[in-house]
Amino acid sequence: MTAAISRTHWDSPWLGFAVRRAGRLLVSLWVLITAAFLMIHVIPGDPVRAALGPSASVQLVEARRAALGLNDPLWLQYLNYLGDLLTLDMRSSMVSGLPVAQVIGDRLPATLELAGYAAALAFAVAIPLGAGMAVLTRGGRRRPAELGFTATSAVLAVVPEFLLAVGLIYVFGVRLAWLPVAGRDGFDSYILPVLALMIAPGAVLARIMRVEMLAVFEADHVRTARAKRLPQWLITLRHVLPNALTATVTVGGLLLGALVAGTVLVENVFAWPGLGSTIVQSILAKDYPVVQGVVLVYGLGVLLINLAVDVLLAVLDPRSTIRES
Amino acid sequence: MSLSRWVIVVSELTFEDVTVRFGTRGHATTAADGVHLTVPHGSIVGLVGESGSGKSTLARAAVGLVPVSGGRILLDGQPIDHRARRLQMVFQDPHSALDPRMTIGESIAEALPRRARDRRDRVAALLDLVGLPAECARQYPAQLSGGQRQRVGLARALAGEPDVIIADEITSALDVSIQGTVLNLVRDLQRRMRLSMLFISHNLAVVRYVSDFIAVMYHGRIVEHGPADQVLADPQDPYTRELLAAAADPAGQLDLGETSDTTPAHR
Amino acid sequence: MKRILRTPLGLSAAVLLLAVLVLAVIAPLVWTDQANAVDTAQISRGSTAEHWMGTDNLGRDVFLRVLVATGLSVRLALLATAIGVLAGLVLGAVPVVLGRRAGRVVTAVVNIAVAFPALLLALFFAVVIGPGTTGSLLAIGFATAPGFARLVQTLVAKVAGLDYVAAARVAGAGRIRLLVRHILPNVAEPLVINATMAAGAALLAFAGLSFLGLGVQPPEYDWGRLLGEGLQGIYLRPAAAIAPGVAVVVAGLAFHLFGEALSKGFTRHTAPVKLRRTEAASAVPTDDDAVLVVEDLRVAFPGVTPVRGVSFTVGQGEAVGIVGESGSGKSLTALAVARLIEHPGQVDAQRLTFQGRDLRNGDDRVHRRLLGTSLAMVFQDPMTSLNPAMRIGRQLAEVAEQHQGASRKQAWQRAVDRLRAVRIPDPERRARQYPHEFSGGMRQRAMIGMGLMGKPALIIADEPTTALDVTVQRQVLRLLRTIRAADGAALLLISHDITVVSQVCDRVLVMYAGRVVEDLPADELHTAARHPYTRALLAAVPDMTTDRDLPLAVIPGRPVDAAQVPTGCAYAPRCPLATERCVTAHPPLETDNGRRVACWHADVPVQVGDRGE
Repeated sequence: MTAAISRTHWDSPWLGFAVRRAGRLLVSLWVLITAAFLMIHVIPGDPVRAALGPSASVQLVEARRAALGLNDPLWLQYLNYLGDLLTLDMRSSMVSGLPVAQVIGDRLPATLELAGYAAALAFAVAIPLGAGMAVLTRGGRRRPAELGFTATSAVLAVVPEFLLAVGLIYVFGVRLAWLPVAGRDGFDSYILPVLALMIAPGAVLARIMRVEMLAVFEADHVRTARAKRLPQWLITLRHVLPNALTATVTVGGLLLGALVAGTVLVENVFAWPGLGSTIVQSILAKDYPVVQGVVLVYGLGVLLINLAVDVLLAVLDPRSTIRES
Repeated sequence: MSLSRWVIVVSELTFEDVTVRFGTRGHATTAADGVHLTVPHGSIVGLVGESGSGKSTLARAAVGLVPVSGGRILLDGQPIDHRARRLQMVFQDPHSALDPRMTIGESIAEALPRRARDRRDRVAALLDLVGLPAECARQYPAQLSGGQRQRVGLARALAGEPDVIIADEITSALDVSIQGTVLNLVRDLQRRMRLSMLFISHNLAVVRYVSDFIAVMYHGRIVEHGPADQVLADPQDPYTRELLAAAADPAGQLDLGETSDTTPAHR
Repeated sequence: MKRILRTPLGLSAAVLLLAVLVLAVIAPLVWTDQANAVDTAQISRGSTAEHWMGTDNLGRDVFLRVLVATGLSVRLALLATAIGVLAGLVLGAVPVVLGRRAGRVVTAVVNIAVAFPALLLALFFAVVIGPGTTGSLLAIGFATAPGFARLVQTLVAKVAGLDYVAAARVAGAGRIRLLVRHILPNVAEPLVINATMAAGAALLAFAGLSFLGLGVQPPEYDWGRLLGEGLQGIYLRPAAAIAPGVAVVVAGLAFHLFGEALSKGFTRHTAPVKLRRTEAASAVPTDDDAVLVVEDLRVAFPGVTPVRGVSFTVGQGEAVGIVGESGSGKSLTALAVARLIEHPGQVDAQRLTFQGRDLRNGDDRVHRRLLGTSLAMVFQDPMTSLNPAMRIGRQLAEVAEQHQGASRKQAWQRAVDRLRAVRIPDPERRARQYPHEFSGGMRQRAMIGMGLMGKPALIIADEPTTALDVTVQRQVLRLLRTIRAADGAALLLISHDITVVSQVCDRVLVMYAGRVVEDLPADELHTAARHPYTRALLAAVPDMTTDRDLPLAVIPGRPVDAAQVPTGCAYAPRCPLATERCVTAHPPLETDNGRRVACWHADVPVQVGDRGE
């Protein structure tokens, strides 16, 4: 609303955006770290006793408590925790004795690969699919195709990844025996986990892309483009698609976060040696240092995705967040 | 025109050096800037200006919807106690000014003073006053036309037995064939009830038709005010002259030269 | 509710959901004992006649266990949703009640929490509270809360900004009353819809947690736990994994689809009305030099025909105005003439020629070139009519690239030149800016500049100044005049403002309910208008000469709904002159000395009505 006055200074809105966005990232990060730290302290009972089991001797529990610093005052533990985090020291596993940083280092690549391929595939399939369906079905054209697409995508969007995983295992592993159903060993082993992880978010994304495209097709400025008598493909590619993408990216970011979280379930179905199976094993074994570490990694991943989406939006859309105050 | 030449009577609304700012620090915008304005008892003051000039902000500040950053808004020389509801407002958009889930009767009754008895009769009387049948009370806003809804808006404002009514662009969302009915009602009510009213519009012809006094707002400031005839016949401020010229001749037969276009857009 | 059940989706979703809920209540009551019956003779069997989904490792019937698990699964999902919705409502509504500062803190907390996926939050809470039924119940409830709180906040903020809430505040309603009486009822619909979908999501999340071993613990069992057990033996007894999986999907879908049906049901539809053919309109004097000839133009959408036989011509360099109220069909006429009506709209005409070329059929590419260079369009809202994500200069330049074979550079230079022609200051710099960096008046001038990229024979301007302030309106109208003088372009100006049209145009067409009711020279508008509607319209709008001591003339009633046009003259219900004939027979548009009027009682003096509706 307020005109061009403040916008003639080009650098200041970008700087303001960067400062505001970095501030939000830091606050979120602090909340995440503090939550991870407090996690071990709000658990009912003694976490060390829980981890070592009722048969462990009092001396052993005490020694382990001392080693973990659990006898220090809370504020000191907090400071130590923060300090150690800076040097990537995240204590050791109570079960295997390995440093948590090493456990994460071992397991992270598998999870990153899984999530990365799934996300890439989801976007690569969903955006063209949604855009294509919008072009084909806009203004109530091709009702059957529209119904088929909306019904199928609605069902796929609702089926959670671990159920899809079970279904895929049954069809491709058990009945057809085409693909391996567990472990991470060669190209074949990636297919089912990646599919299980990408289909639901892909379906949601395709739906959103279609709806956004349809909305933009109705927009005044597309009518202007038609009044310029541009060919339909040019209108679609130049005037509709970019404007629909910005909205889709916003939702895509949220989906990406959910997809990362989804690895927890999918890895457990496929016995995938990543962070997802690690965290569940650690929770069940009450191996809290590992749980803490993995929670931090997952949380950080989500925060980074959100940051990337915001930056992408700022670049894509000249009016977006950066210009607002 | 200086304020001192205006006749001072009871129940008048006064803006004293009122400033309204939005936003914080670096991004603050001043919507109203040192506004002096008086709505004398029993008269209609027309406030005219383009979108973004601060007219609506001033209205919202008067009824306490927007905090005032500087100056005072007085009713009969006293700071306004908004709980006393001595000021009421009629809004621009007939579609959003009535709660879609409340009947017309409920909407009006809500604005009646708490002590009021015979609420149903009072609602019927108010509906009659604005020329609507009593059955309207049981209807929902969606069942009424835009013009009828604006009548309900006026009835609701009157229900609070206000000393001053603020009408913010109440005809601009209406079809041309309906506008006249609402304007006639405003004039009619004012004559019968000796209401004081601040009538806000971007349309000078509409303001001219209903107002006793006219104030012109431009970029958050009142650039001119005075009795309607005087402002219309002998405008002092260049912006008023431009408005008058544009209203008399919207297509601009005269060539005033290209003015710099600094007016912000509607959205 | 009835509306929802009438659609196939709504009905099947409702039936499915009802079945799931009934099963959830009945199954545990009826089959619990059978489902827990251990049969050592039947351990880990596949599908048999007795156990058609097989048995588990204790010989218990898988199918019955899946049925019985419905109870716990659905109950937990509903409880978790209730927790989440309640917490979300409190967090979301608190900013309204507590006021600005406390509200901001709550909002910030919600914003941070909502950034994390619900599953991650649920895992976190499951660790903190400890695995088990209660733990996962709270975990999923808390994980649902931030998303719901955000939803409530957004909805509440939207409603709280509406005028009726402001009106209630001015009328003296307190914060609690505002929230309870005005805000919550108006956000209830989307909340119910989302809560239904959230219940579906909670069901799935529970299945996930139990599947991981973090949810329901033995000896209790829900679908997730059955699924986890079944997966281990999937090669031998796939049914044990498939059955609970299918159950989860079906129940999840039931909730989700029902929510979707609800949201579709709440958006209202107007009832379609049968299309009605009317008699052909009178012929128009045709002029072979005319830029535009329109004969018996009709625009129909499914159920309505908003333009019902419009005929007119626009001569070379002539300025023709179309006035009418909203719903008169004036804008659709303009769009139809410009061939911008899209599916499902249908355009139909006896004749539609532009520059002597029949636009109804012929080579699309040829038409595109012709219209792209000789027909300029200006729309009402200059903010939304320009592509927000593209530089102004590019938006102009692409016309020259497309139709005039200009190179990118030439096209850009032409764009800058055209911006200069429409008096945009500093056009080189401005061409590189985006629409949001322009003021409203400048955007509209850029829009006009876009039309000037070619050499327009006709400019169609649809309410070009309605969104602009009066002083800016003048500049735009003056610019149109200058262009017409310089290029000899004709103008078709659509407006609701009869004053503007009468001053800018040579000839005025008055439209009512999809038809032209009068066509006359603009300078005769105030003196020689013959149709009672035209005369009433002129009297109803105050101008700077209106007598302030007399009430304004008013037109009783309201404009016609395009879906319900009466048989006779559409204006008859509002017309003081209406007789029996007007109600039964539609008056034809009669031509008389170059002027046209459609009225049985043209020229009869009209008594000015008072206070209508």
